[in-house]
Amino acid sequence: MATEQKLDNIVKGAAFLIEDTRPEQVFTPEEFTQEHLMIAETTRQFVEGEVLPNRERLEHQDWALTVELLRKAGELGLLAADVPEAYEGLGLDKVSSALITEYITRGGSFALSHGAHVGIGSLPIVFFGNEEQKRKYLPALASGEKIAAYALTEPGSGSDALGAKTTARLSEDGKYYILNGQKQFITNAGFADIFIVYAKIDGEKFSAFIVERDFPGVSTGPEEKKMGIKASSTRPLILEDVKVPVENLLGEPGRGHVIAFNILNIGRYKLAVGSTGGMKSALEMSVKYAKERKQFKTAIANFPLIQQKLADMNIRTYVTESMAYRLTGDIDKRLDLVEDLNDGRAVAKAIEEYALECSINKVYASEALGYVVDEGVQIHGGYGFIQDYPIETAYRDARINRIFEGTNEINRLLIPDMLLRKAMKGELALLPAVQAVQAELGGDIPAPQTDAPLAAEKHLLALAKKVFLFVGGLAVQKYMQALKDEQEILANLANIAIEIYAVESALLRAAKALARGDDAENKVDMVTVYTREAVGRIEGWAREILAAMEDGETLRTHLGVLRKLTAFEPVNSKVIKRRIAQRVIEAEKYVS
Amino acid sequence: MNILVCLKQTFDTEERIVVENGKVKEDGVKFVINPYDEYAVEEAIRLKEQFGGEVTVVSVGPSRAEEALRTALAMGADEAILADDPALFGDEYTVAKVLAAIARQKNYDIIIAGNQAVDDGSGQVAVRLAEELGIPHISTLTKLVVEGNQVTGHRDAEGDEEIVTATLPVLVTAQQGLNDPRYPSLIGIRKASKKPLAHVTLADLGLSEEDIRPRTEIVDTFLPKPKEAGRILQGELQDQVKELVQALIQVEKVVG
Repeated sequence: MATEQKLDNIVKGAAFLIEDTRPEQVFTPEEFTQEHLMIAETTRQFVEGEVLPNRERLEHQDWALTVELLRKAGELGLLAADVPEAYEGLGLDKVSSALITEYITRGGSFALSHGAHVGIGSLPIVFFGNEEQKRKYLPALASGEKIAAYALTEPGSGSDALGAKTTARLSEDGKYYILNGQKQFITNAGFADIFIVYAKIDGEKFSAFIVERDFPGVSTGPEEKKMGIKASSTRPLILEDVKVPVENLLGEPGRGHVIAFNILNIGRYKLAVGSTGGMKSALEMSVKYAKERKQFKTAIANFPLIQQKLADMNIRTYVTESMAYRLTGDIDKRLDLVEDLNDGRAVAKAIEEYALECSINKVYASEALGYVVDEGVQIHGGYGFIQDYPIETAYRDARINRIFEGTNEINRLLIPDMLLRKAMKGELALLPAVQAVQAELGGDIPAPQTDAPLAAEKHLLALAKKVFLFVGGLAVQKYMQALKDEQEILANLANIAIEIYAVESALLRAAKALARGDDAENKVDMVTVYTREAVGRIEGWAREILAAMEDGETLRTHLGVLRKLTAFEPVNSKVIKRRIAQRVIEAEKYVS
Repeated sequence: MNILVCLKQTFDTEERIVVENGKVKEDGVKFVINPYDEYAVEEAIRLKEQFGGEVTVVSVGPSRAEEALRTALAMGADEAILADDPALFGDEYTVAKVLAAIARQKNYDIIIAGNQAVDDGSGQVAVRLAEELGIPHISTLTKLVVEGNQVTGHRDAEGDEEIVTATLPVLVTAQQGLNDPRYPSLIGIRKASKKPLAHVTLADLGLSEEDIRPRTEIVDTFLPKPKEAGRILQGELQDQVKELVQALIQVEKVVG
């Protein structure tokens, strides 16, 4: 494909908030290639054949088994997707890598050991390692001969990552950095061979280092007793006068934050993909249970309130899946433009384009997963509270997702922040879009043009974007620089942006399926109810923002505009959700 | 050593069977390599790893069966043949004729198939194929040893083990327990997309419709009756026996 054509199909980061995206510009799961599906299938077979039968031993922290399974995964190539071929990896596209992540999560929290190794553990070297570092470490990481971990968090610095206290001091002979400090909550610490450690050179220059477990002075503390994800190892990493060879400095001194932020972007979208897998398996176990469990002489799946839950779980899963693979596809298309995929920095840069979407996906997916496992427990009733049922584990395992890879609060604050930065750097025509909306709002809002399928939803989506620009524009005008202190308003703006991305991803996927002539009835049903529920929520958040900024006549005028932008004719969602539930019940699993 | 593996794409064994208008519904169903044929593929790859040579996988079936062949290629087979011309479809007689025509195109030392397909379970095609080709066959193997020209097969004979020897060329069928099939590795999957997969038609095989016309006809397709709750007979033993005999004659109509 010519570069120009490629560019035409690429949506720039954050641009979805100010312009329409066409269905042909998004990647959808319906477009998985045969190779993608085969990769997913191998992962599924590995999980069902090797991981799930060992669930109990893994939950009781048999680390020798975890390492053995990681090596087996390595033999199959399940650790090599993101490592370039030049370093004995497979250099697969990100959709393939995402599918591995999604299907691995079906094996419970073993997925954390896998994810920490292939993601945050290996990628800093893939992206920012120099030639020697890549040659030295990547082949062993791709095969699973060596296992990696990532050490950023400290007892006193979580969200405030740059406030780290771990220090690095250059030795007098200039051959070593001497590291001292403690890292907290390090996944894979129990058995990892290689740690990516952040420390401040001379207490100032935040930098990343490759630290081997065998270096004298490296030790780990006791296993944390966690609420969930018990099949993963989490320990403090202790560094006492650790002599790290200068050649193990990763990237430039004082540029560690660039590595940290880029790795976070990836962690965030991978979390969304993994959550999709977790939601699918929670829904599957819940619908099977609902069909088996009889009360009042009938399966509880026959009760409308259980069906409503199954439908809502299915819808959230569909929306999350649509978002996560849309973003993955966007990243792949960007990477297509990178000339040398062995150039890790260029790859990281391409992914950074979608940092805002990464945060959106992280927040939405972790909360959708939380919702789905919660309803899953509810469907199981008292049995859902008993450890013999896997939904109990799924419920506990889900909770951490709202905390790590940047808390959802931090990610919410980042969304408007990144948007404004993009606008200020001239990467996004945000201001003209705000002005256009403000000029337009004096007049009447035109009704949707046709009653074609999804026309009303497309219309509501377009209006939701106007709500965002209208309310966001007012907030920026009112608070200017001080907006950063209005965290409640920022969070609500983030919520609106997230919901817009959610609706749009679900809608474009359905529209694309329709255009292709697929049977898209279920997708259209889901988009029909979800869009309206989302607009209701968007209106609520916008109203809160307006009421926090103005009062009296000004507020009333603003609320009048908001009402026009969020008005819609309700649909009979009771009937539609019953239909969706029937499909889930028949298939005994998630249906897209 | 040249090895031919006959495989069929079947429903995943987890799938529920829905019959609609006298046909098994295929919408949204997950298809897999027939599990017995998967043992056959694995055994063939192991023989290749031991003796060298090439593994060809063949299937008679619709174009969707290409996925199953690709999976076999990803496991390590070298080339694939798909007879997806609808003129080649029929019953066990037809499929055996078609496979024989394909098998004759090259000199195969061993032909391996599953001992039956999990869908129709006829268990006929492979042994018919051996007959067509005029070569010996050993069925339902749990162990296969090849030494020079000599083949020793341990077969599952209704729970007993029978040890049968034969000389190459030979056809064998795989029983559960023959081996533990490997998962296709990601590198294997990537290589599979570049391996040859040939589509063959009636004309390619030099067959006429008359040569392969099915000998059977499907009259109806229906699901087994749902299982009803059992009944425990009670009372004096003599009365119970009487009641049981009555039931067998009148209710179940299995005697008399």
